[in-house]
Amino acid sequence: MPKIKKFKNVEQLRKEIEKQEASRQKEKKKVIVVSNGTCGQARGSLKVIEALKKSIRQEGLKEQVALKITGCHGFCEAEPNIIIYPDGIFYQKLAPADIKTIVKETLVDGRVVEKYLHRDPLSRERAWYVHEIPFYQKQKRIILGDNIFVDPTNLNDYLAIGGFRPFLKALTRMKPEEIIQTVKDSGLRGRGGAGFPTGIKWEATRKARGEPKYIICNGDEGDPGAYMDRSVLEGNPFRVLEGMMIGALAIGAREGYVYVRDEYPLAVRHVTMAIESLYQSGLLGENILGTGFSFDLHLTKGAGAFVCGEETALIASIEGRVGEPRQRPPFPAQRGLWNRPTCINNVETWANVPLIILNGADWFSSIGTSGSKGTKIFSLVGKINNTGLVEVPMGITLREIIYDIGGGIPDGKAFKAVQTGGPSGGCLPASMLDLPIDYESLTSAGSIMGSGGMIVMDEKTCMVDVAKYFLNFLRDESCGKCISCREGTQRMWEIVSDITEGKGKPGDLELLEELAIATKEASMCGLGQTAANPVLSTLRYFREEYEAHIYEKRCPAGVCKTLIRYVVIAEKCTGCEACKRACPTGAIQGTRKDVHLILYDKCIKCGACLEACHFEAIEAQRDPAIVVDQEVKP
Amino acid sequence: MGVHQTINLDIIQEIVERHGYSKNKLIAILQDIQAVYHYLPAEALKTLSRLLKIPLIDIISVATFYRAFSLTPKGRHVATVCMGTACHVRGAPRILEEFERQLNIRRGETTEDGEWSLETVACLGCCAIGPVVVVDGDYHAHTTIRKVPTILNKYRK
Amino acid sequence: MITLKINGVEVKAEEGWTILDTAKFYGLEIPTLCHHEGLTPYGACRLCLVEIGEGPKAKLVSSCTYPAEEGLVVHTDTRRVIQARRMMIELMLSVAPYSKVIQDLASKFGVTRMRFKIRNEECILCGLCVRMCAEQMDGRAIGFQKRGFQRKISTPFDIRSEECRLCGGCIYICPACQLRCQGPQAETAICNACLTMEPTCLDFYDELQCWMYDAGRCGTCVREKKQ
Repeated sequence: MPKIKKFKNVEQLRKEIEKQEASRQKEKKKVIVVSNGTCGQARGSLKVIEALKKSIRQEGLKEQVALKITGCHGFCEAEPNIIIYPDGIFYQKLAPADIKTIVKETLVDGRVVEKYLHRDPLSRERAWYVHEIPFYQKQKRIILGDNIFVDPTNLNDYLAIGGFRPFLKALTRMKPEEIIQTVKDSGLRGRGGAGFPTGIKWEATRKARGEPKYIICNGDEGDPGAYMDRSVLEGNPFRVLEGMMIGALAIGAREGYVYVRDEYPLAVRHVTMAIESLYQSGLLGENILGTGFSFDLHLTKGAGAFVCGEETALIASIEGRVGEPRQRPPFPAQRGLWNRPTCINNVETWANVPLIILNGADWFSSIGTSGSKGTKIFSLVGKINNTGLVEVPMGITLREIIYDIGGGIPDGKAFKAVQTGGPSGGCLPASMLDLPIDYESLTSAGSIMGSGGMIVMDEKTCMVDVAKYFLNFLRDESCGKCISCREGTQRMWEIVSDITEGKGKPGDLELLEELAIATKEASMCGLGQTAANPVLSTLRYFREEYEAHIYEKRCPAGVCKTLIRYVVIAEKCTGCEACKRACPTGAIQGTRKDVHLILYDKCIKCGACLEACHFEAIEAQRDPAIVVDQEVKP
Repeated sequence: MGVHQTINLDIIQEIVERHGYSKNKLIAILQDIQAVYHYLPAEALKTLSRLLKIPLIDIISVATFYRAFSLTPKGRHVATVCMGTACHVRGAPRILEEFERQLNIRRGETTEDGEWSLETVACLGCCAIGPVVVVDGDYHAHTTIRKVPTILNKYRK
Repeated sequence: MITLKINGVEVKAEEGWTILDTAKFYGLEIPTLCHHEGLTPYGACRLCLVEIGEGPKAKLVSSCTYPAEEGLVVHTDTRRVIQARRMMIELMLSVAPYSKVIQDLASKFGVTRMRFKIRNEECILCGLCVRMCAEQMDGRAIGFQKRGFQRKISTPFDIRSEECRLCGGCIYICPACQLRCQGPQAETAICNACLTMEPTCLDFYDELQCWMYDAGRCGTCVREKKQ
């Protein structure tokens, strides 16, 4: 970490920002940007960095080339990747062994190495530069975009992109009421899921009686399949903290907490370092920049509970208690942390604040739809070619995200559904692909915006199995206080499990629906009130799939283990023995170049053969041994 | 880090002191204890109850509520299978089953020889590389059923 | 004073009252199970659900925890309320079919079928015993552990707690283990027969549910198990 200057007054900070911005403009060196978020590291970006350092040293390029280690850029599919500026040449999926060639050819000789370039999965065309990649082209990356330019552990980097200009503006030129009015006018709504207008929340907290007031950043991103908050905290923590500092000015808060999931060690580390840097530079603590404004920030680590994403449970968790939600009202704005007025916003919400203050409410509200302003980051994952984080203007359609940005479904499979909103959301079918994405239309379609998980499913995904998956998640993650939620999710899980195991019976779906509605209606907090969405949405759009499981004892997608058996398709089998080697129980017989055979008494249906076969010669078929009870048929 | 250890109560005292004997820091204190012992020993919790003046049952409630804590010792190696939605649709349940089969334990359990613990996690947030398995902090990307024995052998030695 | 409307009637509530307090003050009956005067309202059993608000924003809340607010519109017996309440009773019955309290509720609210697998766990986690122990007896012997479907009430490490003074308050207040109902057969789980019968068909304390781990020897259980 570079040495940190302590700013004693507003002028010093302003000068430093100008200096850093200018030095960035004047940068003569080539800059190699390495994406080094959790995904990148998991795929070996640390080794790529080592190799880069070594090659640059060996080629004697230390004076001409600078290395910038950044957080995640969002294009997770292409990890580990590097971008070489000023041109913006983008190389992807690199191994340490590739680095030597790249440094030599591109940095020394000035040639682009074709084979490391990105190739679009649909058009099969290669893109030279990062701005040519279709994945990035349709996005509007007002938040994520800066991840490319900053080393998240370096405050100077953040100043160099104009960081803390918004804070200075709010601190010196705006009254708290003006800040709140700007946020209100911008139309910013909570990015955590429910979409409550941020400005109104701030105003309520400011006006509430009771001192001191607190603000909290909710980084308990528990939705499985959603990780944009992780990426923002990892890649640009100063942006979030600056948002909180502006919020503190507006609300009149003296203290703030950043609550980060325990499962995100890198985010925890970067936020901790960022808070430390801000203290050292005099931007946090007593009498900041001599203006009389004092603000303290703490980091609290979560301990692994999805329900703590609910604001009252999160407060309980910060107070060191069991994360059980409590009745609202009183809302946290009236009685929150230690019973004092508290404003909780999600990571992405806070990250939007500096931009709104700097560019104005009109700029922000010009993006998006009439009711949903600005951009939203989605984590586009599952059966999709370009897995990654996509930041798009509100109002874009699902089709644009999945096909134009996401590059469609891999292996030529058909799209089946997209799940949004995590365990509180729902599954939307192909007929909904042209749905514009905003808070209201997603809700009316039976799902929710949620925190931004977007899991794409193809024809090989069983929707009953997906419903079972979410119910299993929820019955464990429910705090267990309300009987409606604890028993509701448990009993729904039992019914759906029975269906996937061929034990479904007539009346199950009606009972499931009745129970789902009761769970939704009777539970106290958001977790219980939305817990039925995965069931209700799959029943609404994929009822025939449930019925196939119940009445025909058949899993159309070939997923539900009890109902299937694996079969070797004789015409396609080349006798390569790949499946035989893969089988952990020796259930596959056959000699080389002969059609293989599965011994069902040994087969444990693990699916290793299906995974190993290169010729699509293994199929999951309905198990003929399961007899359909005639009375069961409708 | 061995499985069975004697509990050094001075360490507990030190951790509690570091957090200023604050009841509000209970979760952070438990996290620190868990980091030292890889579980929460009963003796440690009783000491904590005394030091912080919190009823033991309240500490137990917190310790059993959050997934990060365990009241039983963990194995020398911990394999954690990510069960996030993205990993799920890419076959995580079958990966988990294969781990269960290979180690002959169920999820959440530890092998009798104390070598392996098998855990699951709701989502690690690196969905692009799913199914993901983390063994002793190393991420294993794009895990397949066939890779499971290879992954285990790497740590067996 | 706060003015609100319950079932179309304008009523006045004092600062700090819940909807349930207000309804009770005016003699309006709202069924409860986990609620007990003298213990902190908890809101776990969801029996005291009422509908608040009007139009598309109307929703169900537990009246024992929801504060009486100025101008609030409350309905205590809408179709929505009754359907949700019936499902709660059905869910409780499936867990503790031998509880007379729950069987009586089933009879009273016309729950005539139970469509879930019977678990016979006895405990419905209403938390009365936990609050009784902590708030009235000043003991901290029992508490909730784990979460979700694994949630349970027990002592630390599931052994006799050093804090326990064998006062028996937990047993006294338990709706599931105190009064036992002999009526239901395993296949039907619903008795529906003894709503008007007092005293109960059978009354003994079940040692399996005893947090004091003393199997009746402490003398708290005044009545012996019938052989």
